[in-house]
Amino acid sequence: MKHKTFFWFILPTLSAMVLFIALPIVSVFIQSLHVEHEQVLVTVENCGPFGCTEGVAVDQEATEALREEAPLGRFNGLGTYTNRSHLAFGELAEAWATTDTIGEFWNRVMSLPFYRALTFTLTYTFVVTPFVLMLGLAIAVGVNNLPRMFKGMTIFMSLLPMMVPPVVGSLILLWMVDAEGIIGATIQNLFNDPSLSIRASRTLMWIMLIVYGIWSSIPFSFIVFYAGLQTVPEDTLEAAQIDGASKWQRMRHVVVPHLMPLVVFITLIQLMDNFRVFEPIISFQAGAYAQSLSTIIYNDLREAGNPLYGSAGATSILTIIGVVILLSPVLVRTYRDFTRKSTH
Amino acid sequence: MATKAQSRFTALKAFSITFVVLWLLIASFPFLWTLWGSFKVQSDFFSRADWTNALYGVFTRQETGGAFTTRGYYGAWVQEEFWRAVLNTVIVVFFTVIISLTFGTLGGYALARSGFRYAFWILMLALVFRAMPHITLVSGYLLPFFEWNVWGILPTTIIVLVAINQPFTLWMLHSFFKNIPKDMDESAMVDGCTRFQAFRHVIIPVMWPGVITTGLFSFLLAYNDFAVTAMLLSSENQTMIPAVVSFLGTTQEAGNVMYAVAAVVSATAPLFVLVMFFQRQIVSGLTAGAVKG
Repeated sequence: MKHKTFFWFILPTLSAMVLFIALPIVSVFIQSLHVEHEQVLVTVENCGPFGCTEGVAVDQEATEALREEAPLGRFNGLGTYTNRSHLAFGELAEAWATTDTIGEFWNRVMSLPFYRALTFTLTYTFVVTPFVLMLGLAIAVGVNNLPRMFKGMTIFMSLLPMMVPPVVGSLILLWMVDAEGIIGATIQNLFNDPSLSIRASRTLMWIMLIVYGIWSSIPFSFIVFYAGLQTVPEDTLEAAQIDGASKWQRMRHVVVPHLMPLVVFITLIQLMDNFRVFEPIISFQAGAYAQSLSTIIYNDLREAGNPLYGSAGATSILTIIGVVILLSPVLVRTYRDFTRKSTH
Repeated sequence: MATKAQSRFTALKAFSITFVVLWLLIASFPFLWTLWGSFKVQSDFFSRADWTNALYGVFTRQETGGAFTTRGYYGAWVQEEFWRAVLNTVIVVFFTVIISLTFGTLGGYALARSGFRYAFWILMLALVFRAMPHITLVSGYLLPFFEWNVWGILPTTIIVLVAINQPFTLWMLHSFFKNIPKDMDESAMVDGCTRFQAFRHVIIPVMWPGVITTGLFSFLLAYNDFAVTAMLLSSENQTMIPAVVSFLGTTQEAGNVMYAVAAVVSATAPLFVLVMFFQRQIVSGLTAGAVKG
């Protein structure tokens, strides 16, 4: 294909991606270098029956004019990145210097919003992913043993948790585990503790969010593993059987190695998808106990009346850096594959 | 399949079947429960006292006279005007899918047929873009969109969703086109077609399976999106998913959680049908990237 033809074919999609993905990243970066204008304060005299006092008030008009003039705000350099709501270098250094034990230091770090969100995001990502892999494989093996007539129905029902919008899926679960919902009320009755509720404790809320994550991602790994199981070489299995390998040994030494590339594939997709955990936290209204990187951006932008674009921008850039770090092994591997292929 | 040795391990088999049945219950019960409960009143759907109330509809009978009520649906669709959100969703999803596929087929075809190094870099870039949380981009849209006065309307959201979908669409279609033999379009070009004519008359007729599968996933991405639609649309132009969330805020005090339940069921129903009809395509789409490893 000639360069020119390639260019015309790729033009629509490339311009869409440049205009609405690449440029916004640049715009986010520029935004993150600025902070909101300070409110313009004026001294006013409040005169009452007992004489006049001087007070300070916000000059709404002047503040508005300032915002009109420079909508990005004041230039702040990398200040937003290092302030208390983000990387908080100052607070970290101080905490390191003044605390004696690691536990104490950790507590101090956990009071910083960015690190709290990062901890939840990483915990969620690295707990959900292995569960999804193991349970997905177990279900795939189980379904593979089912009689053919049940398979279609099973796949249909299994797909649903993944297909529904995350907001909807997590709401459906939330209503069931709510203190008044079927599961929540049953658990309360079982433990005979009417105060037991996912809204009451951080631990329960985290467990619930992770359970949702596993529930909604299992179908993906199930389907991929199931497709992989169809391609397991039949004769290798039979050979192993003739050699006297038990079912478990065949699974361990033939099937699992055959599925290894799929494990890598699922892990990657899961890491990417779980790292952006967002909707369940909104649906569960879990903000008080769990924040992810995505929800702190959302909250900054939702800030009533005066969105914190600078702060949201800085968190966005830090998140993107996180994604690139997560992806870097794939990128390096794909690049190696590509150069190897092109030299042959 | 069922050789002697395989049927011997009945305990293991029984365990694996129990496991699958348990999973099916976990996967489908929440939906069935919510669907059933959406026809009840709130005190039945949420019943701390006795969960069987939700099955028999004790309070529903007391309040409405029948075991089932469509009050939730009436409240959501008519009173709270959920139909507007549905209409907006239809518009947004339809145009997003059409534009995504048009852009994606052209680009995916070019990437599949070009051996240049920059084609590889475009794919790598698309991979990074695919991995980025959508909300990180949204914060970049808001200020410019406010400045240009294009915030809050459907066309802007459609364009943004198309752009956000492109990396994924491009990857999927690119791998589908790679499976279509090069000789097909090349022989057409030998016969005197231009590249575009070859694409138009030779490739398009054979690419439908790939396009339908990719279209399904574009549909799901647009339909399920919350981050973009919630932030870029004004409350008059809301689509379904943000509307469901805003229901929660407004109805919780009024005691009309059932509106939200009805809205959730309404938003799930089309997906139910979709998955039923296109199960095969969805499965092949999910595994398309995987089988090559």
